[in-house]
Amino acid sequence: MIKLGVVYVLAGLMFAAFAILSATDRNNSKRFGNAAFWGLVAVSFLAGDRLGDLGNGFLVVGLAAIAGFGLLGRGQPETTSTEERRELSQRFGEKLFIPALTLPLVVIFGVLVLKPLQIGGVALLDPKQATLISLALAAVIAVAVAIILLRQPLISPLQEGRRLMDTVGWAALLPQMLAALGAVFALAGVGQVVGDLVTTWIPMDTRLAAVAVYCIGMAGFTMIMGNAFAAFPVLTAGVGLPVLIHHFGGSPAVVCAIGMLSGFCGTLMTPLAANFNLVPPALLELPDRYSVIKAQIPTAIPLLIANMVLMYVLAFR
Amino acid sequence: MLILLGVAVVVVGFAARFNPLLVVVAAALATGLAAGLAPLDVLAAFGKAFNENRYVSVALLVLPMVGVVERAGLQERARALMLRFKGVSVGPLLIAYMAFRQITSALGLTSIAGQTQSIRPIIAPMAEATVETHVGAVPDATRYRVRAFAAATDNIGYFFGEDVFVAIGSILLMVGFLASSGITIDPIHLSIWAIPSALAAFAIHSVRLLLFDRRLRREAQIREA
Repeated sequence: MIKLGVVYVLAGLMFAAFAILSATDRNNSKRFGNAAFWGLVAVSFLAGDRLGDLGNGFLVVGLAAIAGFGLLGRGQPETTSTEERRELSQRFGEKLFIPALTLPLVVIFGVLVLKPLQIGGVALLDPKQATLISLALAAVIAVAVAIILLRQPLISPLQEGRRLMDTVGWAALLPQMLAALGAVFALAGVGQVVGDLVTTWIPMDTRLAAVAVYCIGMAGFTMIMGNAFAAFPVLTAGVGLPVLIHHFGGSPAVVCAIGMLSGFCGTLMTPLAANFNLVPPALLELPDRYSVIKAQIPTAIPLLIANMVLMYVLAFR
Repeated sequence: MLILLGVAVVVVGFAARFNPLLVVVAAALATGLAAGLAPLDVLAAFGKAFNENRYVSVALLVLPMVGVVERAGLQERARALMLRFKGVSVGPLLIAYMAFRQITSALGLTSIAGQTQSIRPIIAPMAEATVETHVGAVPDATRYRVRAFAAATDNIGYFFGEDVFVAIGSILLMVGFLASSGITIDPIHLSIWAIPSALAAFAIHSVRLLLFDRRLRREAQIREA
């Protein structure tokens, strides 16, 4: 059975290559900072399970120190100029979209065909991780298609990957760091404290007030935790179940479904949901780190209000 | 109450725009210490969680492919494609993308599109190109806003589509939570009740995209005058 470990080795090798190529990049005055940063990520993927918990802890501190003290520069691998790209784009035409389309097609193939496949009674892919394994497979196949179809140099995936990786920079590791922070929050019982605060201090004697507290609470708590999944159990145990479902007789399906989506409104507004809100500005080379959040807030707030109205109307029929 | 110190560190650290990686490590230490753990125990807990969450960063594996096609001119091609569809302006373009993203996510195909593999190489350049054809050259600030809107549209389509699919993580979490509270529920009901909010999200963000489109034209008229 193919498990996530294979994918980690692949990712580890990719980051190791980024680290080595970074170290040799004389156009980057901070090349050793980049080499150390991506090197540590490579170590994490290749040997994370053998480092021990404390070892991993020091690895994380190392990553944060390199990023926090500004030791990370931006590599400049040789690439094509804007002019060359314009010419290439005319030469290749619509062929250029093929690798980008290969990616989703292989993912779909993986999920629909490879996932149910069994060899001698054993599943080919670890069913819990089938999507991620398919994504990794798709990434490899799409790179191969790109190199062959567009006749690009063999080293180009690593050099171009490094170029994009340096464009994203430390932000690329932020989602994983925040997930780890969530685990520490859970360990310390942060959710419980916030949940108790909400239920103790906010009156919920009318149905409308209870709906508002639950939905706004889901959004607000998601903003603090960066993740609606962390907010859901706390707010639902504190408000959703005892007040909305048991006391006011709301439908569990409606209350929970719309409650979770109210949490997603919070996800649109928080820098803690880094992979959605902070990585894209880096990827799109936007000067304002919070520009995507700013573009989302005017959608998120009316949508949160719409969710409250929907819950109020649909849950208590 | 002291436990909330970590939350305060996050809020202040992000607001003051310190490096987020440092802020996160500081918040983890503050939270753990406030909870009465020894510093090395906090570090170990944080390291363990970091290691267990490596799957979060696996999506970075698509960067090499994106880089290679960019090297061969994909962004330029995406722009050129939009020059052929002169009738489509940025609002309808992004609304169409949102519909695609929401529908495929609702079918469970959440990883077939995304910020790295769709927005950066294809959708953002297309959106910029339509703005250029419709309102002419624009200042950098406007160009950045167009890109931010493209990224926002992907998030909104994804978030408010995925919960319509039965076997997604958040639905399974809800089913499990309700089961442990003594309420048995068929996941399909949670999916169905996600549809009204999904439609509301589509409607609200579509209106905003159309208003954004109109504002860009108005700004261009002001610049010309």
